[in-house]
Amino acid sequence: MIINHPHLGPRDASEFTILGDASLINRPSWQAENADDAFYSYLYLRDNPAGLHRELWFHEQGDRSWLIVTRDTLTHAVINVALASDVAKAGKPAPAATKKLAKKTTEKTAKASTKSGKSGKAGGKGG
Amino acid sequence: MRYSLWSLINQALTGNRDWKPVWRDPEPKPHYDIIIVGGGGHGLATAYYLASRYGMKNIAVLEKGWIGSGNIGRNTTIVRSNYLLDGNEPFYEQSLKLWEGLEQDLNYNVMMSQRGIINLYHSDAQRDAYVRRGNAMRLHGADAELLNQDQLRALCPFLDFKNARFPIRGGLLQKRAGTARHDAVAWGYARGADQRGVDIIQNCDVTDFLIKDGLCTGVETSRGTIRADKIGVAVAGSTSRVMAKAGLRLPIESHVLQAFVSEGLKPVIPGVITFGAGHFYISQSDKGGLVFGGDIDGYNSYAQRGNLPVFEDVCEGGMAIMPMIGRARLLRNWGGIMDMSMDGSPIIDKTPIDQLYLNAGWCYGGFKATPASGLCFAHLLANDEPHMVATKFRLDRFQRGAMIDERGAGAQPNLH
Repeated sequence: MIINHPHLGPRDASEFTILGDASLINRPSWQAENADDAFYSYLYLRDNPAGLHRELWFHEQGDRSWLIVTRDTLTHAVINVALASDVAKAGKPAPAATKKLAKKTTEKTAKASTKSGKSGKAGGKGG
Repeated sequence: MRYSLWSLINQALTGNRDWKPVWRDPEPKPHYDIIIVGGGGHGLATAYYLASRYGMKNIAVLEKGWIGSGNIGRNTTIVRSNYLLDGNEPFYEQSLKLWEGLEQDLNYNVMMSQRGIINLYHSDAQRDAYVRRGNAMRLHGADAELLNQDQLRALCPFLDFKNARFPIRGGLLQKRAGTARHDAVAWGYARGADQRGVDIIQNCDVTDFLIKDGLCTGVETSRGTIRADKIGVAVAGSTSRVMAKAGLRLPIESHVLQAFVSEGLKPVIPGVITFGAGHFYISQSDKGGLVFGGDIDGYNSYAQRGNLPVFEDVCEGGMAIMPMIGRARLLRNWGGIMDMSMDGSPIIDKTPIDQLYLNAGWCYGGFKATPASGLCFAHLLANDEPHMVATKFRLDRFQRGAMIDERGAGAQPNLH
């Protein structure tokens, strides 16, 4: 597999390590009332789609950047590549100060992630 | 027809005219007591044990393609019970005991060959870990024997004992482990189930589950609606895809594992040998081909084929322990899709939906588990409670923090 790095151009996948589903970028708030369930889903449950899948890859033997790669799990074709930092900045909720606010932002992030997950596009700008 | 030496001679002398199809090809009925989704090894074994041990009748196995077309036909055929943890070892030992009597039970030659497995160790620390594992196995009634370098040399003189980086110091031997003929296992279970009245329905794709108020009452298929009192799903590799139709998200990722076969050689490798410093395992088939494999590719995949970096990694592992295979030519390679669970251990449990049961998450160790998986799933379907050797394979164990993490890798499926 060749991954088209936004800065470095086409690189062989063996230079990278993969972490998994890009939803791992949306870490739930530990202060939320439903933190138990939210962390269970975050840590253990996966959509595991047959088709387009957004996933986190780390350019370990390169510039050590984190990428969000949209890949077809049926064909291994790489459809889109974006810097994870760009995606995270675009989709990151404001830091939560109170419990109430934290809950609200968690819902918001959850919505954003399902939205971008369904459309299957990298760099989905939620939140 | 019961297979025996007499039936073989009889057929041979009469021109092999009377061999019959080994299972029927029935039309699906509108209702069954129990439906098993998935006609692979585990699904067929479940149906067989439901009919033979639990006295259940009116059972159907629904298979999207042809039976045995999934991972039961795409593995490296290794059978063993050398696990460490309490949740696992009794289950795999139960499985090995079933393997030992399987041919007599099924009246079918599955070519079970107990040629032994040796896990190599390369350091003092690893030797200690294997002593512990061996003791854990023996405590659960399995056999295990620690070999020092001289004992190992007598069994496998061809190993690279003086490898500069990973010198081989000895191994953990399980003599009762071995290999079996993978396709024959599927066919044997299918024949046994069919003889006991199970309908094996091929080319029958389950497109949806009939679920109302948290109760599953049947399935929609490409061959019509089929209702049932209980539905068991055993479709490892595609579990997430199938269970998504029931609205469930699972602690599973699908990954591709590759396997390799060399050209046929004279007998050189006496049993199954695994590398202790990397991931590599090898055995020799009855036809003479070296059958070997290593790590999964590491990324989510449903493609049933992998990439070249794993080729290289696997071959390096092989060369590190037995350089003699370096001149053997590779004949075939293929990939299969694994249900990689979040702790590397399987799931045999009820689901949050009533009357819907799940058998999944076999990672890349499903073949050896086939008999016990079938038995335990049948027990669960028949009695609504887990079999005594499968009480820890619960779906909610991740939420409760009761993982069975043999490798200690955490919630990172591609590292198990």
